[in-house]
Amino acid sequence: MRKYVLKRVLVSVVILFFVAFIIYALMRCLPTSYIESIARQKSMQPNSKSFEEWMAQLKVMYNLDKGIIVGFFAWIGQALTGQFGDSWFYTVPVLQKFNDTVWLSFVMGFIAFFLEIVIAIPLGIIAATKQYSRADYTISIVALAGISLPTFFFASLLKLLFSVKLGWFDLYGLISRDYDTMSVFGQLMDKGNHLVLPIVTLVVISMGSLMRYTRTNMLEVLNADFVRTARAKGLSEKSVIYHHAFRNTLIPLVTVIGGSLPGLFAGALITETLFGIPGIGFVSYHAMIAGDIPFSMFYLVFMSILTLLGNLISDILYAVVDPRVRIA
Amino acid sequence: MKNDEKEIKTNQPETSTEKYSLNDDRRVKALSPGALVTKRFFRNRIAVIGMGILIFMFVFSFIGGLISPYGQDQFFYREEAQRKEFAAVTQNTEFRYATSNASAFDSSVQAQTMLAIIQGKSQFSYDGASYKIEKEGQDFYSVSLGGEVLGICFKDIVNSTTGTDQFSFDFKYNALKAFANEKKSFNADGVKYEMDEKGNILKNGKETAYVSRYIVKALMPDIVLSRDFKDKLLSAIEANEKKFTYTDENLIVEEENTEEPMTDSADSTGMMSENMDMPAENMEMPEDSKKENKATAEYDIEFKASKNTWEILQSIETHKYDTYSEPSKAHWFGTDKYGMDMLTRLMYGGRVSLLIGFIVVFIETALGVILGGVAGYFGGWIDGLIMRMVDIFYCLPSMPIIIILGAAMDAQRVDPTMRMIYLMLILGILGWAAIARLVRGQILTLREQEFMTATEATGIKISSRIFKHLIPNVIPQLIVNCTMSLGGVIITEATLSFLGLGVKFPFASWGNIINDVNNTFVLTTYWFIWIPAGVLLLLTVLAFNLVGDGLRDAFDPKMKR
Repeated sequence: MRKYVLKRVLVSVVILFFVAFIIYALMRCLPTSYIESIARQKSMQPNSKSFEEWMAQLKVMYNLDKGIIVGFFAWIGQALTGQFGDSWFYTVPVLQKFNDTVWLSFVMGFIAFFLEIVIAIPLGIIAATKQYSRADYTISIVALAGISLPTFFFASLLKLLFSVKLGWFDLYGLISRDYDTMSVFGQLMDKGNHLVLPIVTLVVISMGSLMRYTRTNMLEVLNADFVRTARAKGLSEKSVIYHHAFRNTLIPLVTVIGGSLPGLFAGALITETLFGIPGIGFVSYHAMIAGDIPFSMFYLVFMSILTLLGNLISDILYAVVDPRVRIA
Repeated sequence: MKNDEKEIKTNQPETSTEKYSLNDDRRVKALSPGALVTKRFFRNRIAVIGMGILIFMFVFSFIGGLISPYGQDQFFYREEAQRKEFAAVTQNTEFRYATSNASAFDSSVQAQTMLAIIQGKSQFSYDGASYKIEKEGQDFYSVSLGGEVLGICFKDIVNSTTGTDQFSFDFKYNALKAFANEKKSFNADGVKYEMDEKGNILKNGKETAYVSRYIVKALMPDIVLSRDFKDKLLSAIEANEKKFTYTDENLIVEEENTEEPMTDSADSTGMMSENMDMPAENMEMPEDSKKENKATAEYDIEFKASKNTWEILQSIETHKYDTYSEPSKAHWFGTDKYGMDMLTRLMYGGRVSLLIGFIVVFIETALGVILGGVAGYFGGWIDGLIMRMVDIFYCLPSMPIIIILGAAMDAQRVDPTMRMIYLMLILGILGWAAIARLVRGQILTLREQEFMTATEATGIKISSRIFKHLIPNVIPQLIVNCTMSLGGVIITEATLSFLGLGVKFPFASWGNIINDVNNTFVLTTYWFIWIPAGVLLLLTVLAFNLVGDGLRDAFDPKMKR
């Protein structure tokens, strides 16, 4: 087992190296619009150097004078020691900005994830046990609709209904205008209030796939021989479903859920941007639009690490949870 | 093999089955695998509904665009009557002064003159000089010093007919004198002028000036009002009319600029990229619009008691982009922020969304099948290499990368058509890994089967072994996968276009139609701008998923159970 994990980790590191290189090369090949705009600004000032001179100086300053490969190794060397440089767009160290924003995204993602599990798994089981019933069709269609719903459209609908028509929530942002005058508890409630719509969006959008996954796996288990045996023994239907079948459905579910845990740190780029929640997704969206290479590099590599970690966790969990799986 | 399309047809038509005995094999109807799949598919009611929605969407997008009377980027205009202050008419109630010698007849002398007139004196002394006032007519006095006329005080004003000529003191004095005494002619500056009873002054039969108590002044300094206009306006005022219509070919009507539709995505929210893509050339006024400024114009006359003036308000027909008009008979879903027909935009948008979906899925599938097929068939280091590539592509965070590339294309101002092509390539290249993995997995199990040994034994060449014997067996899964991922691609494209990083103006896409919602005012007021596009998008993606589900169940009934 330890050998397997070690091997997987090593392979992941190699993959990560190439992913980071591709991302770095991509970022470097893009027109460095950020630097150009700064150089243009600076050269506009009276008695200033020319645009070309500023560009040259800024390129040295921002480490863009080296070739892509040399630059990449310089970047990776610094990254290994935990130095990701300063964000160009936010003019603070990348890690500081990351630390300021990632926890908000995590809290939001975690609540949404929890609600998703609590809603999707029972509904998936109901749909599977009552296959071809009206409940099954309804749940299946709702799940598919959730998958098919474009985030931005759903978020806009929610805003129209709850923010504009009912006036329960603000349209944008994390805090109200009178945030500073509130008590500590009031501030917490205010933030919570602003997070309701984004979380609802996240839950509805991502619920569908888990629901369908649960249903498919539950159906598979319900058709297994041991369920027939359990029924033949004369066990009550409830006992068959929740004691025998559901436990076996848990195996794939746990691996999937475990695998998506790292993703909670990734933030919800679209949702956060739509609702103006200053989480990691929102912050990196604006950094990426502005062509902020240090921040974008960090965020993209961070996302890749999360993906690799998720795959690793789900593979390991699969072996841990299911005793039938043996890993050499 | 599901796809061995050897049709075992029923030998006889339905009616003749009676002829066979009960245990005759020929009674058993054998359907081809294709027909079986079709039959199973059509038995699934939900999948059929999805199919129906898809057919509707295709008809709507591809045929609808042809039927629609409007073009994709056809702008619509509306005439809007705007009442603007055009001119003001003042009845002169104050004395005005004119002099031949400004230094001798300065404001203090003018004040003294005024005082003397009010007191009814015929002469006054000021600063050691003695002035003589002579009443020349109604509200018209002349002031003389030492027998010489120094200046005049008057209420009737000598106006130039053209509006630009300046008149000498002598001219004014004589003209006013003639007007006050109702003379037919007068001499000034050695020239003989004639005057009619209305106060028009003619020189050699040509009107040069006129005397009137009213001052008609256009609000804009560059507008010169004709005499005819002024006359008619004054007679309208004297008749106490509220409306006034004037027709003249030479009347200079202010040319009203059409308001440019604002691209205000950069609103208070501070989110989303600004739409920098307002195509200037499309925003120009069409040529014929300038003729719309008619020579006939309507004016409203309003009397402002406080200023003792009449304000002349002109109703100008402004030629504007018909933006955000409500749904009507001409525009079933209203018009958008550029003044284009929403329904037509939706049709063309559907075309773009569906086309992008299909092309991206085609690229994905082509890449995935080739690489997955090669990896699965050869195994060994080729497999290892391709699978590591798959791992890398799996790991690349695609959405952020597409966003970065989109922003870069924004900075480079890539042409919208090229941009669409780039977008499809990027989406396709980032999406092939899943299909490669699927194909490889299938092929790994298939290549161990007997029929593959048979192909090897018969000496078929490798490429046709892969693509003629292995791949066809993967096609059912591929079709299901493609149908499902079509929905996903359409959502991705819509999301990008929504963020302003995907399909750009002048092309419509359902995503960039909804983009307008970033403007909070549109979100709250104009539901018809974004709800229809969102519903179409949702229905299309849902339909693709339903059909994909139905196809999977139909291809592999075991999965359905």
